[in-house]
Amino acid sequence: MRLRSQPTERIDRSRPITFSYAGREVTGFAGDTVGSALYAAGRRVFSRSFKYHRPRGLVCCSGHCPNCMMTVDGVPNVRVCVEPLQPDIDVRDQNVLGSADRDLLGIVDKVGGPFTPVGFYYRTMIRPRRAWPLYEKVLRNLAGLGRVDETANGHGHYDTVHRRVDVLVVGGGPAGRAAARDAEGEVLLVDDRGGHEAPYEVLAPATALAIYEGGLVPVALGNILYRIRAERIVVATGALEQPLLFAGNDLVGVMLPEAFRRMVDEWALQPGERAVLVGDAAAGLKLQLARAGVEIAAVSPVPTSLSAQGRKGRLRSVELDGVRIDCDLLVVSGGLQPAYSLLAQAGARIEYEPRRGIFVPTELPDGVEVVGAAAGEIEQVPAPAVLDGHGDKCFVCICEDVTTKDVKRALREGFDSIELAKRYTTVTMGPCQGKLCQLASTRLLARETDTDESAIGTTTARPPWRPIELGLLAGPHHEPAKLTPLHDRHEALGAEVIWTGAWRRAFQYGDPAAEVRAVHESLGLIDVSTLGKVLVEGPGAAELLDRLYPNRFSDLKPGRIRYGVLTSDGGRIMDDGTVARLDDELFYVTTTSTGSEGVVEWFEWWNAIWGYDAEIVNVTGALAAMNLAGPDAREALAPLTHADLASDSFRYLDAKEITVAGVPCLALRIGFVGELGYELHCPATDAGRLWDALVADGATPFGLEAQRVLRLEKGHVIVGQDTDSESNLVSARMQWTIKDDKFDFVGKLAVPHLDVREKLVGFTTDVLPPEGAQVVRDGRIAGRVTSARFSERVGGAIGLAWVDPDSAEEGAAISIRVDGSAHPAAVTLAPFYDPEGALLRS
Amino acid sequence: MSFLLTCPHCGSRPVDEFHFQGEVTRRPGPGASLRELTDYVYFRDNVAGLQREWWYHRKGCKTWFVAERDTRTNDVLRTLIPAPTGVAAPQ
Repeated sequence: MRLRSQPTERIDRSRPITFSYAGREVTGFAGDTVGSALYAAGRRVFSRSFKYHRPRGLVCCSGHCPNCMMTVDGVPNVRVCVEPLQPDIDVRDQNVLGSADRDLLGIVDKVGGPFTPVGFYYRTMIRPRRAWPLYEKVLRNLAGLGRVDETANGHGHYDTVHRRVDVLVVGGGPAGRAAARDAEGEVLLVDDRGGHEAPYEVLAPATALAIYEGGLVPVALGNILYRIRAERIVVATGALEQPLLFAGNDLVGVMLPEAFRRMVDEWALQPGERAVLVGDAAAGLKLQLARAGVEIAAVSPVPTSLSAQGRKGRLRSVELDGVRIDCDLLVVSGGLQPAYSLLAQAGARIEYEPRRGIFVPTELPDGVEVVGAAAGEIEQVPAPAVLDGHGDKCFVCICEDVTTKDVKRALREGFDSIELAKRYTTVTMGPCQGKLCQLASTRLLARETDTDESAIGTTTARPPWRPIELGLLAGPHHEPAKLTPLHDRHEALGAEVIWTGAWRRAFQYGDPAAEVRAVHESLGLIDVSTLGKVLVEGPGAAELLDRLYPNRFSDLKPGRIRYGVLTSDGGRIMDDGTVARLDDELFYVTTTSTGSEGVVEWFEWWNAIWGYDAEIVNVTGALAAMNLAGPDAREALAPLTHADLASDSFRYLDAKEITVAGVPCLALRIGFVGELGYELHCPATDAGRLWDALVADGATPFGLEAQRVLRLEKGHVIVGQDTDSESNLVSARMQWTIKDDKFDFVGKLAVPHLDVREKLVGFTTDVLPPEGAQVVRDGRIAGRVTSARFSERVGGAIGLAWVDPDSAEEGAAISIRVDGSAHPAAVTLAPFYDPEGALLRS
Repeated sequence: MSFLLTCPHCGSRPVDEFHFQGEVTRRPGPGASLRELTDYVYFRDNVAGLQREWWYHRKGCKTWFVAERDTRTNDVLRTLIPAPTGVAAPQ
């Protein structure tokens, strides 16, 4: 049912829109909200209340109250009174057993009273204790509003926009528009209604959710969250219409003036047939009343006594100062209250003004202003806290179904401050967050405790101003992955790719054991582009590295490489890698795969303190790296390069710039995997060419798993896997890297104080333990396994473990618990494979 | 935590672009006792008031600098790139 065409209507009657409500087809018009289309189709009951399951209808039509919350396309708690109508959406009732019209849980309203007093969940359903699981199951199903669709998986697309403007105006009413018009510089106005043509920028329909520290204002516009910073923030959020407290004040047909106005003006709806108007309601609605053809049964200022009577939850009559009047519509206004929440969040003080009965913001922080009704530019006489009259329940808070009786009871039980009463009764804690109940509950408490409102105060205003989807806060779903320049090669080879930190790495190419054999017996090739790669250059580079590492690099000859471990000033192991001296003032440093950014920041931080004449440049992404390893490495490399590879001219731990297959490389002769090997670092853009040439040359690609076996056979430690934040160089048996005669290095102060409560050792055993398995001694836990693999070369299980220092001796017997039983293992201090390193040097 | 911080290079930027490295501490000289060492490594003044602290513009120019911030209000009085202590042995 629509009125004939209204001059201000927002609907486009030439464009019908069909959607589904509770499985039935409903048609509205473009420009409708879901709520207005349903109202036009005859719907009056829009929801059932939170606790008592009372029928509820449209009250505010402004997206404030909870009465019109439905589930739209699987999204629960959508306020359909402001939700724009879209074709083919699926709208459903929520929080009901049956339908909004016939909700079986409505029984709670009729018989639940004595059983569900305020805070009932604290005092009933406690005994017998063993019945609690049953209670819980029932309550779980009844509690809450709406159901989250657990099968939905990130269906939303969200984004974040960062903006800086000179002036941000929140609110598109007359005061906000005037402020925006007069403002200097770049002006942005946020309007939660339709928006308007203006010489300044307008975001609409958008809602400012909060004012955070530093003047950060998050603004929700559809699926986009704007994070706005402004030199000046002008708050023009206007005022909120307040309800009155009287018996039956939640019946369907009781509404606020703004709801009536919007129904008639914007959607050409007839809100009812026979209306009673109470408070200032009538003053602003003359035009709408006439247009809608609503019969006026009575007009009254705020009376001393008022109660509403209904049938099946819908208004049938009111008793106004003792006179019974039949009506199906009661438009009530308890006055206005400035919408001060954003200002309170920004740090303003909120003060009660008794003459007009409102809370007004004062003492605004720098950079924040308020104009219009939000500033308290309202003329009115305060309404009484509660109107006399008996009958039905009288609700303070329609979100949480808190009645005046509940608040009085909480007071009797001693919850006499507003913050305590809030937590106990949950008044102001519902979806409206106090918009319609903050003032009412303060007034009620003041009356009942015989004090004034300023002594009661308000509860803390917290963000967000209106409920928003969590997805909006989470932002776009974006999981950054770092790919090496050779990633497509690994995929083409069918590699299993895994996450290591932010990197995607080839774990294995089908048969890790065969990959290990290839490296031992002939030739393997692994992509190690994930290594952190850092240039340290300058006259002070050598001294800087000497001071960053326990090891010494100033005596390293150009063209040579040395292993280094980084420690903190507390002596803890942080990262490790190799340092190659390329010339007197240029060092090439590698770090662990996940450590590159942290190491660069660490280097730069210390040098910000010391001021060595050295530049630190992270070249991790610019360069690729691959390790060509195996007994055939030299023979395989020879035809691809002119460089002299003879073992006495390109020695173990030499670094040389050579050209391989036409690609310029920094070749490092190091041996993480224990065989003769060349780690080739080259420009990322050339990596594919080099890789292809080496594979064509007979190298077998091997992955991370094979490398883990190979390095374990050498007893090489992986920082972060075998060490943790407690490990130091002595306990990890790497004290040989400490050059304590240097005047200073990061960690030197700790060297005399390093305690060794456990030591990192190798072990061999028959039963492969899982990583993390316990080392036990005399029935007590005496350590843990950090790495373990089966090694064909060694012919059994090998691993690294932390053990008590007494057990850290070659051949010592330890026990490792696997599947509940202890298995013997033998401590090994030397590498399991090629302990003298003859192969590396070959 | 959404205050603005002035990077000495990039100017006023949201604080989430920066990495916080904690109070500026005094590193003890050679031969520090265990107590001096643990004081330096583990203990902080944690003042309610003006604090000198290290920040790093991680999502920007990657500069380390020192800010003087009131820990009660997050008002940043000034930011600066401090003069290095020098490369000589600590006293």
